[in-house]
This record gives sequence, structure tokens and C-alpha cells, in this order.
Amino acid sequence: MKLELRGITKKFGSLVANDHIDLTVEAGEIHCLLGENGAGKSTLMNVLYGLYRADEGEILLDDKLQHFEGPGDAMRAGIGMVHQHFMLIPVFTVAENVMLGHEQTHRGGLIDLAAARQRVREISDRFGFDVDPDALVDDLPVGVQQRVEIIKALSRDARVLVFDEPTAVLTPQETDELMAIMRQLKESGAAIVFITHKLREVREVADRITVVRLGKVVGEAEPTATNAELASLMVGRAVELTVQKEEPTLGEEALQVSHLSVIDPIGQLVVNDVSFTVRRGEVLAVAGVQGNGQTELTEALVGLQPRVQGEVRLDGEDLTRHTVRKILDAGVGFVPEDRTEDGLVGEFTVAENLMLDRSDGAPFVKAGNVQRGFLAEFAKDKVAEFDVRTPGIETKAGRLSGGNQQKVVLARELSRDLNLLVAAQPTRGVDVGSIEFIHKRIIETRDAGVPVVVVSTELDEVTALADRIMVMYRGKVVGIVPGDTPREVLGLMMAGERPAPSGDAPTPEGAAA
Amino acid sequence: MTAPSQHHATAAPTERALDSTTVISWKAPISFAVITVLLAVLFLTTRHSGDAIFRLSGPRDLIQIPEITLNGPVTTWTCIVLLTGITVVSAAMVRAKRRVPLWLVVIFAVIGLVAFLTWAAAGARTPVIPLPGLLAGALSLSVPLIFGALCGVISERVGVINIAIEGQLLAGAFTSAVVASVIGQQWLGPIVGLAAAAVSGVLVAFVLAAFAIKYFVDQVIVGVVLNVLVIGLTSFLFSQVLAPNAALLNSPPRLQRIPIPLLSEIPLIGPMFFRQTLIVYAMYVIIVLVYIGLFHTRWGLRLRSVGEHPQAADTVGINVARTRFWNVSLAGAIAGFGGAFFTLGAVGAFNKEMTAGAGFIALAAVIFGQWDPIRATLAALLFGFASNLQNTLSVIGSPVPSEFMLMLPYVVTILAVAGFVGKVRGPASAGKPYIKS
Repeated sequence: MKLELRGITKKFGSLVANDHIDLTVEAGEIHCLLGENGAGKSTLMNVLYGLYRADEGEILLDDKLQHFEGPGDAMRAGIGMVHQHFMLIPVFTVAENVMLGHEQTHRGGLIDLAAARQRVREISDRFGFDVDPDALVDDLPVGVQQRVEIIKALSRDARVLVFDEPTAVLTPQETDELMAIMRQLKESGAAIVFITHKLREVREVADRITVVRLGKVVGEAEPTATNAELASLMVGRAVELTVQKEEPTLGEEALQVSHLSVIDPIGQLVVNDVSFTVRRGEVLAVAGVQGNGQTELTEALVGLQPRVQGEVRLDGEDLTRHTVRKILDAGVGFVPEDRTEDGLVGEFTVAENLMLDRSDGAPFVKAGNVQRGFLAEFAKDKVAEFDVRTPGIETKAGRLSGGNQQKVVLARELSRDLNLLVAAQPTRGVDVGSIEFIHKRIIETRDAGVPVVVVSTELDEVTALADRIMVMYRGKVVGIVPGDTPREVLGLMMAGERPAPSGDAPTPEGAAA
Repeated sequence: MTAPSQHHATAAPTERALDSTTVISWKAPISFAVITVLLAVLFLTTRHSGDAIFRLSGPRDLIQIPEITLNGPVTTWTCIVLLTGITVVSAAMVRAKRRVPLWLVVIFAVIGLVAFLTWAAAGARTPVIPLPGLLAGALSLSVPLIFGALCGVISERVGVINIAIEGQLLAGAFTSAVVASVIGQQWLGPIVGLAAAAVSGVLVAFVLAAFAIKYFVDQVIVGVVLNVLVIGLTSFLFSQVLAPNAALLNSPPRLQRIPIPLLSEIPLIGPMFFRQTLIVYAMYVIIVLVYIGLFHTRWGLRLRSVGEHPQAADTVGINVARTRFWNVSLAGAIAGFGGAFFTLGAVGAFNKEMTAGAGFIALAAVIFGQWDPIRATLAALLFGFASNLQNTLSVIGSPVPSEFMLMLPYVVTILAVAGFVGKVRGPASAGKPYIKS
């Protein structure tokens, strides 16, 4: 089926998310939609899928004009979507999820579960998936959940398939498998739209590439284009893809974590007996697929987890059972994973957000009064220093773009005297320009002699920043390897396979096979 | 430096489960110990030396079962020994990192109850506990709770927190009384009254649904306001309109009990379940229908999907707002229908604020029953039993202070919800409005 979008425009208030976008995808083609976070790719696809109503423009399938009132209409017309955040009901089984919305029923209105199971098996067999129709979705690894999403789309006979950032949650190996599935779907004649911001993947599977920037189509590219060409098209200027950094000057061991475990409310060890150390002037990057205990590990380091075993020592002082306040006072800076939830108060101004963790005394608060003058001065300094693009320090933080919000968080955390910086997903959902800046500041912090722990699910970021890499899988440490370990090795480790020469010693050794 | 050498390389990539430890919870043994000690102190400080007689059959039953006579002190202290034993066993289990099973809790509760009843009866004027009456009364008190709980289960499962159950019950009680009185007649009046009660429940639900779903107003606040509104409205109408014209507007013909042949002659449970009114029989059917509907039909699947992950439901073409709206209305109909039991089934006339918090106890039953219609029904039965225990004990003239007994249903509710439920997970999106951009 051929898909054509003509002049799609979608506005949210004064923001033009899509500005007259044209896109044509032929049957049997993988069409890549490349662009930064916030460029308007997902908005466009949500318009296509009937989740948003376009302000202007037309959608054509096989040259016939379509009017979608909602996702139900789009689905009936043959459009299927694999969403970035899976649209699966966690407490339902695979079969229930697949049949939801087009259930077959017996007489008397009872649902025909057997037929749904059969449908799941049929499609699984066709594509060589190993999916149990009766498994609860909540119990499945993300890679399998994604396959359930694909089965869901195919069970409705989708002829146009949209993959919205499908690789964000996958290991490199799973990503390869997904690419194979996409090729298989293409052979069977489906039109595929593949949304991503990862250049490597684009060049691997795309037949055609359309680049979107700030809501507009800025050009088309061939899959043979180089990374640098694609990146400059995507960002609008030449970008440095690697971080310039010197060899680290290592100091003494500052952070010592031994046998740390975090137990969740139902008794699972989400962090399982983790031990590592970080020296002054060193970046330890924690790699792994989303949801393998990294979040809980960082939260345990700053005292946010209630059930913790083991020991965390910073410069010899035991921080394990201290309050968050005491841990912050010990000089721990924390960039949380979800800045809108945990990093900022969106309804507070930029200035107020910059003093969030300093409200307990001078110089920000004297005799219970916030020192507005001092705060304004301080905020202006920091906004300039960290290049926060904001109309003013009195702007609400929630109004800023992702990259600028993250700079506010970073400015707040780095403006104290630090003995440790813990940064979780510091550049998630951040534009390329800000990524460069944030990476530079993290390396500067390292060079100032502060031990740094960076958690990232993006291998590019891990390899760019790390002096050593710790890979986590299901709460455990798979291994700690040098920063220049090849991607393939890291990819295997992220799937739980330990590197051949087991990383017994954390010092650089043969692991970089 | 600590090397990761202690980690085993056995993690097969296909298996998913994380390693886990058992979180030791001393809640059960501690609760057991506290209850045992409290009972022992009670029995020690107020000794009742007489016998307690448990009557198992009513005077009109076909099959008569002889009465059971228990010696007060012997029985109570045997029970205390047994309770202590169970407490020790549960403590040992927790120490061995095992979970205290539910059946142990049930056995503990039954023994504790026997001890308490024996003690209470042994000191009473007439030391006879009429079990058939106790149980039948318990069911009667449970009926509105069960209807309320089913209403709560449906609306929370579809994603709308319904605090207005109390108001819906009261609206149903009021409307059915008025409508049945006006129509009069032995059968027609009450039946039309039941239908009118359901409609009034729906009307209250419409307000809740419109504010919560269309205008995204906080659901808890709308619910509380609706309760206050219905209480005020019915009280006003009662004192201004119903009370002066009681003969015309507030003397509905009551529904007659219809004993079911054979089934109603089963000892003990026969009279309890099968010598009831139309409302109670309708309740049995509704419980079964709601259960099957929720878990085995398209309606239930879509309803639950909307309450768990509305956006996912939306992306497969389910209209979230419409699903929520009509199911909240349906839930309102069930609660309104149940409200009619107060006037047409039990009391026989409407009275100010006659629901007396039943809607809130029903809400507790929803949570205690973990959003499952069957379990919520059982929870409602438990609460009804606790209420009727209080009635029965004061009737036989037990020396237990009546103020203490009045507390009992609520103490049981608090203990049940706080003590034994533990952490339960409700529908993920209950209470959250679904706002489409």
C-alpha cells in the first residue's frame, strides 16, 4: 500500500510542530524519518494514526483521500503502529492485548480466547517469533513486548507500518533482529516508516531517508550518505560527534560501593550485589538496556531507595543509611533520569529551580526569607555560564525545551562543591547542540578531580564519556571493562553475556578483545 | 577494589525473573499476638462463668439440629491456647522466611470469633446465640454494601474513582420509597420503585461522569460533593415533603420474602440465602453477571483496558471517554438499585441519611476485595457480619458495652483493610483523567 502525506500542518498553540510536511512511502519500501528529538516526527505519525487531527493537509492511501476520526479509522484503513512507549496493557496476556479492539466472540458475548491465541501463534510462526500467547505482558522483556506490538499491528492486516523510535529500548543484538524483521515485512510488500535519530540504523535499513528539522522537511538523503552529512542535515550545522577529552588523571578511590542490593516492594533484587569503585577524576559509565537496575542503583547512591543492603562509602565516610539531605551535603550531585518528574519543578521559575536544594540556609535563605536579590544574581550568572536559552530567569522551567531544562538541572548540581557527580541519562531527549555542551561539562567536572558516575542506555554516549564501563543486566554487574571496549562486546554484555576474559580486575586488561 | 568475581555467569538470556528475596513481614504474627493478648486480657478482667448455647436451627425449619452448649471458661481458655499456638507457628514461619498462608488467618479468625461469642454469651441474660438469625441478618446488612461494592468495582476498573456510592445508594433509597408509595399495590409498586432507584443512581453517576470525564475535575472531590448534595437534597425533601405526606409518599409496600423450595430448607445457610426478597435474588444474578462480564466478555476486556492504560485502548480504536461514561452510569444504576433495599427490603420507609456510611464501607470492600467482584462481595459480607454481631449481642443482653459493640464493624474494616490486605495494586489509571491533545 502506498502512503502519501501532503502538506500536513499541526500546531500546538503558537508552536508549529509540523509545517507543511510532504512524505511519500511506496509499498515494499523502508522509509526513514530522521530528525532530532522534538523535530516533529512523532507528531506527524500521530497525525497519520488519527491520534491528532491535522490543522491542514491530506492523507492518501493508494491515492485515495482518507479522513481519520481516530486511531480506529486509521487501523481499519490498514495503518499499524509500533509505538515508542508500548501501547500494551501490562496486566493482560499477549492474546488479550492482540485481540483488544477487534475481539472475536462466541454466542452470548463471551470472548473467543482460543481464536486469539491461534492468531498470535500464526503470526509468530510466520516471522519466527517465540511469543507465548498466554504470558502476561508485564512479565515479558521489552524486546518481546515490542514483538507483541508488531503482532498486534499485523493481526489487523496492517499494510503501512510505522515504527516510532523502536530501538531505544533494545540491545544492539535485538536491534539487529528488529532490522531483519523490518526487511522481512518489506519483502512481503508492506510500506514501512522508520522513525529514529540514530544514524547507524538509518544507513543500515533505509531505502530512502527524509530529514525533518523543527517541523519542516529539510531534505532527502541516500542511505549511502556519511554520518557527518546526515548529522549536519539533521542539526542544521556541522556537529562534532565525539567528545574531545584528555586521558584522565586518576586520583585516589573516592566512591566505594560494596555488595549493594536494592529490594523492590515485592522482594525482587532489582540491584543485585553490585560492587565497584570510582576514582577521583574518572568517569564510570553504567551501560545497559533500560530497566536493568541502573535507575535504582543511582537512586540508592543518593539515598532515595528505602530497602538497601550493602555499603556505599564516599571518601571513607559511610553514606548508606543517611538521609538524602546528608548525602547531598556530603557533596553528591545528582542529575535524575526523568528531569520533568524528579529534576525540576515545572511550575517554578528557572531561578527557583536553581536553588531547590539550597533552601536550608545562607546564602540563599536568611532568617527564613529567600534572598531574592542574591538569587537573581546567582541565577543570571548560571544561566549565562550554562548557556540556558530562556526568556529570563523568571520563566517557568516547564516552558523550556528539554535541552535547556537539563542545563538548568546541571547548573544547579554543578554549582555546589562536589565530591561525586551521579548523572542518569543526562542527554535523554536533548537536542544535539545541548548534548555537546552537557558532555563537555561532564568531562570538565571529571578533570576538576570529581569522580563521576554516568548512567546511559545509549552506547554512543557511554563510549564517548567513559573511562571505564560497567555493564548491568537484570540488576547484576556483567563486568567492568575499559572505556575503549568495542561496541560488539558491550552489546553482548548488555544481553547478559560476560566477555570472554572475565573482567576480574577492573583495571584495563584483555577485555578489549 | 572489589571485583565482580562473585557474580555467576549462569544468567541465561531467555529467563526473565530477577533474583528475589522474601521481604519478611511480621505483620501477621504481630497482629495475631495483639489480638490474642487483647482477648486474654478481656477474658481475665471480666470473667463469665456460665454456659453458652449456640442455636443452629430456627423454629420453623424442617430439619432441626440440636443446640450446642459450650462451657464458658473451658471454651474460651482452650481457644486462647489455640490462638497462642497459631501465633507461635506464624512467627516461626516468618522466621523461616515463609509467608503466613491465608488459611491460617481464617482459622485464627474463626477460633477467635468462637472464643469471643462464647465469652459474650456466657455472661448474657439469655445465653443463647441464634446462629440462623445472626447469619440472615448479616446478609441483610451486607446487601447494600455488596451493591455498592459492585458499583465501585466497575467504576474503578474503568478508571473513575467513585466516592459517590453513598449518594447513589441514598438516592436509590429515596426514589424507590417515593415511587413505590405513589404507585402502591403489592407487586407493581416495589418493582417500578426498583427501576426508579436504578435511574436515580444513574442520574447521580451522570453528574460524576460528566465532571470527571468531560471536564477533568478531580474525581474524589466531585464524589464527596455529590454525597453532600444528595444527603442535603433527600433530607430537605424528606422533612418538607415526605414527612407531612407520609401516607401518600413514604409508605411503600415492602417486597415480600420468596422462599425458594428445597434450597430454603438447607440447615443454617438455607434461610440465610434462600428466604429472601427479590432484590437479594437479583443481587446473586448481578454478582455472577459482573464477574463473567468483567473477565470473559468483550465488554469487560475493553472496560479493564480503559482503566489500566487508556491510551493503549485509544490506539486500538476504543473510545475511552464513551466507555468510561456509560460504565460509570451502569455502576450508578447498580448502586441505586441496591439503595432500594433500605426502603423496600429492610425498613419500609425512607429516613434521613438512612444509608449511614454504607457507601464508604462499600468502598473499603472494593479495596479489601482487590477490585474483584467476588472478593469484594465476600469483604462486604464480612463487614455485614460484624455489624450484625453487634445487633445480636445487644439483643441477647450481653454485658459488652454497646458503645464498644458499635465500634466493631468499623474496627473490623480498619483491621481488614490496613492489617491483612497489605499492598494491593488497583487499576493503574483509576482516578486519572484521560486528556487527549
